[in-house]
Amino acid sequence: MADLSSKFAGISSPNPYWLASAPPTNTGDQVMRAFDAGWGGAVWKTIGDPIVNVSSRYSSVDIGGVRMMGLNNIELITDRTPEINFREITEVKKRYPKHAVIASLMVESKRETWHEIVKRAEGSGADGLELNFGCPHGMSERGMGAAVGQVPEYTCKITEWVKEAARTPVIVKLTPNIGDITYAARAAKKGGADAVSLINTINSITGIDLDNFSPRPMVAGRSSHGGYCGPAVKPIALNMVASVAKDSEVQIPISGIGGISTWRDAAEFFLLGASTVQVCTAVMHYGYRIIEDLVDGLSNYLDEKGFASVNDLVGRSLGNVTKWEELDLNYKIIASVDQQKCIGCGLCYVACNDGAHQSIGAKPRADGRTDVWILEDQCVGCNLCSLVCPVSGCITMKKVETGRPTVTWKDFSKDPDKFAYLKDPHH
Amino acid sequence: MDRFQEIKPALAGDEALSEANRCLMCFDAPCTRACPTHIDVPGFIKKIGTGNLRGSARTILEANILGASCARVCPTEVLCEGACVLNDLHHKPIKIGQLQRHSTDWLMARGGDSLAKLFPPPQKRVDAARVAIIGGGPAGLACAAELARLGHLPVVLEAAQRPGGLNTVGVADYKMSSAFALQEIEWVRQLGVEVKTGVTVGKDVSIADLERDFAAIFVGVGLGKVGALGIPGEDLDGVLDALDLIAELKTDRAAAQKRVLGKRVIVIGGGNTAIDAVTQSARLGAREVHLVYRRGRAEMPAYHHEQELAQHDGCRFVLDSAPTAVNGSAGHVESLALTRMRAQGGQEGRSAALEPVPGSYSEIPCDLVLKASGQVAHSALLSSLPGVKLVRNRPVVDEHGQTSNPRYFAGGDCVSGGKEVVNAVAEGKRAARSIDGWLRSQTKGAA
Ligand SMILES: Cc1cc2nc3c(=O)[nH]c(=O)nc-3n(C[C@H](O)[C@H](O)[C@H](O)COP(=O)(O)OP(=O)(O)OC[C@H]3O[C@@H](n4cnc5c(N)ncnc54)[C@H](O)[C@@H]3O)c2cc1C
Ligand SMILES: Cc1cc2nc3c(=O)[nH]c(=O)nc-3n(C[C@H](O)[C@H](O)[C@H](O)COP(=O)(O)O)c2cc1C
Ligand code: SF4
Repeated sequence: MADLSSKFAGISSPNPYWLASAPPTNTGDQVMRAFDAGWGGAVWKTIGDPIVNVSSRYSSVDIGGVRMMGLNNIELITDRTPEINFREITEVKKRYPKHAVIASLMVESKRETWHEIVKRAEGSGADGLELNFGCPHGMSERGMGAAVGQVPEYTCKITEWVKEAARTPVIVKLTPNIGDITYAARAAKKGGADAVSLINTINSITGIDLDNFSPRPMVAGRSSHGGYCGPAVKPIALNMVASVAKDSEVQIPISGIGGISTWRDAAEFFLLGASTVQVCTAVMHYGYRIIEDLVDGLSNYLDEKGFASVNDLVGRSLGNVTKWEELDLNYKIIASVDQQKCIGCGLCYVACNDGAHQSIGAKPRADGRTDVWILEDQCVGCNLCSLVCPVSGCITMKKVETGRPTVTWKDFSKDPDKFAYLKDPHH
Repeated sequence: MDRFQEIKPALAGDEALSEANRCLMCFDAPCTRACPTHIDVPGFIKKIGTGNLRGSARTILEANILGASCARVCPTEVLCEGACVLNDLHHKPIKIGQLQRHSTDWLMARGGDSLAKLFPPPQKRVDAARVAIIGGGPAGLACAAELARLGHLPVVLEAAQRPGGLNTVGVADYKMSSAFALQEIEWVRQLGVEVKTGVTVGKDVSIADLERDFAAIFVGVGLGKVGALGIPGEDLDGVLDALDLIAELKTDRAAAQKRVLGKRVIVIGGGNTAIDAVTQSARLGAREVHLVYRRGRAEMPAYHHEQELAQHDGCRFVLDSAPTAVNGSAGHVESLALTRMRAQGGQEGRSAALEPVPGSYSEIPCDLVLKASGQVAHSALLSSLPGVKLVRNRPVVDEHGQTSNPRYFAGGDCVSGGKEVVNAVAEGKRAARSIDGWLRSQTKGAA
């Protein structure tokens, strides 16, 4: 059995799955139930001066009958006082000493205020601190959250203030609402952060009610932009995690967040350099019980692959994430249809014919379905047909041996005439 | 076309995935509550969705060691799938049985020690006890498997040459073959379950022997033959116990075919066994099949979906009728004499007392009469168990499966009077846990 125990910037937990700072970590009672269910750690719902929330707070994007592929919220930080939150953290740590409890903090951008909250958080027994520089709505208008995270100088400055007072590891939670997230990560590192976590939610409007013209979630006929999360944001989060992990100036542990619902999602974050992951939306959808498969599936996967621990995954795919200009222009694949599996829906044909390179032939079959075949000399190997095909394993991309050497754009641009054959789109 | 092909075939890979993703993952799920073994249904389905098939199979088999059989033979329509909330939303429940088959088949296809590897080996126990299991049907096997997982040493004593009870020789072939049932038992043996076949308790070994050699005894003998009709002509050639025909079909299809092909068949009874006798006869090529039942359609104990299956196979239901004699010549069946029945003085329902309608005599010509009017208990053996209280020839057990003699536990059809494989499994598992608890309390008392 693979070892799932985790050590993240000096913080131990029985497994690398933490609950993200959000409603599932509102109270001590919830966090304890989550630990009983099997969660390794919890980042407490962001603590600061209690706020007032609106009613109607979430809206979602449903795709093809599946609910909450994306979730949007206009909620603020905790509505409970720091006293209550810190008292409950003490209680949880007393009962669950082996689990990670991280205090997420957000206060006014004043040095003394930060010093004070840091001391109180550490006094409560929290294992570490997470600085919420990411909340994209409400708090940012008051000069906190994303207002800090979007300006690298502020991120650096406040991290420094926190580090002046902190004894426990400091994690800076980054906002994705910024042109290049590595700038924010570097600023956190410069300010002394022990780790970063990403991503917080993405600015969004999920939809408009076509009858009353109000954006969702509707508050008395109006709404503001909110923060987007859930399965829909995973690709964005993965890219940001990879770019921070690859940045030679950052090189501190990463806690991956954004759209994680299954052990597969988590494994992808590990492969791109995260060493713990945090989950919010999937728990808001299905409850703490999803931890069972997150742990079991990951453990079975590690065993099957012969890996001893999660650490064996961390960063393993980073070397395979490169710049476009370093990809081999001579690598060639073409589509191939398994006629045994084909159900004759014709979707590949119309996709290629209208949306790609007119490389699939088609004709009606006697039974009313459509026969298709690949025009191999036309196919550019774009994958589109294999993506639209509803039958797994029916359209696969086959490698074509060209006998040609690896040639990257860098090589080609230096001497285009030497590689003149590459100018033919079907080379 | 093979008329015995499976009526609930394996799902294709894509079908399993999209079906799994259709599951809503209900909280405190009704399907799990409806399953007598309480398999965490949303849990194992979710794992199919994430591609964790090993974990999915473990979730199933942890709750129900015969999960692969149950995936095929359970009347899911009235159990998990009947409880699915999507019956309301889509008029189409999740195909829970077939998804369960998807995961358990995946693991079984890995063969070898795939089951043993699924569960951590039991702790070596100093207090490991030998437990005798009388009967190698679903109840006995489930009890033995659970005892083995708890670190005890169960020995299954089975009278027949092949283990599995009705799971091997009773269940309709279009649900599951004998070969599959036996393959599953081989697999369960990996857990450390010893199965001795061809050993009839009460004949080859005595109860006294068992009491001498074993610390506790589980009784899972199921039910016996179908009871006598008590009418003239019952011993004519051509009158058969439906269970014998079904068993023959499952072991030697050609012989069963010879017996039934082109024949006019009458099945007597209104339960699921009667329906199975009908559908199997039809599939064996019977010329016509009648089902004779003494009450009305609404009173038939057979499930509605099973009745529909019989109807689909062209069965003629002869209702409110009871056989009075089997007529024949030269020792062979020629017809069945019937009288119409009615409820006495305004009574209703399945337990209403019946009386013949005077002057309502009729006859149906036939070549074969299959008796399926209810199995009788193994009363000789059961009444020989010292201090085990019986009511209507069934051992009385408490909610943990313990009988009035604390050393004896019981479960399955011999206790319930005939339910489903999954009930037998649940009762066997439950008894194993209380056997373990009782044994602990005994050693504590001695120390
Ligand atoms: C025709 C038919 C079809 C059925 N179809 C289905 C179905 O589709 N789905 C479903 O879920 N259920 C079905 N059932 C019900 C199901 O088969 C039973 O509920 C289940 O097998 C009961 O398990 P058991 O272990 O209690 O008894 P059994 O399966 O009857 O097993 C008892 C075992 O004990 C052995 N035994 C008896 N006496 C002794 C002795 N003295 N010494 C040693 N061994 C002994 C017997 O040989 C037998 O192997 C069907 C039943 C019948 C009759
Ligand atoms: C309703 C809601 C409230 C949230 N509140 C906080 C918060 O107080 N502090 C914080 O750092 N992040 C907060 N988040 C962001 C989450 O911690 C997380 O970064 C984000 O939801 C992405 O993860 P997910 O896709 O698993 O949901 C909140 C998210 C949601 C949906
Ligand atoms: S989930 Fe429903 S019941 Fe619960 S607080 Fe929100 S709106 Fe109210």
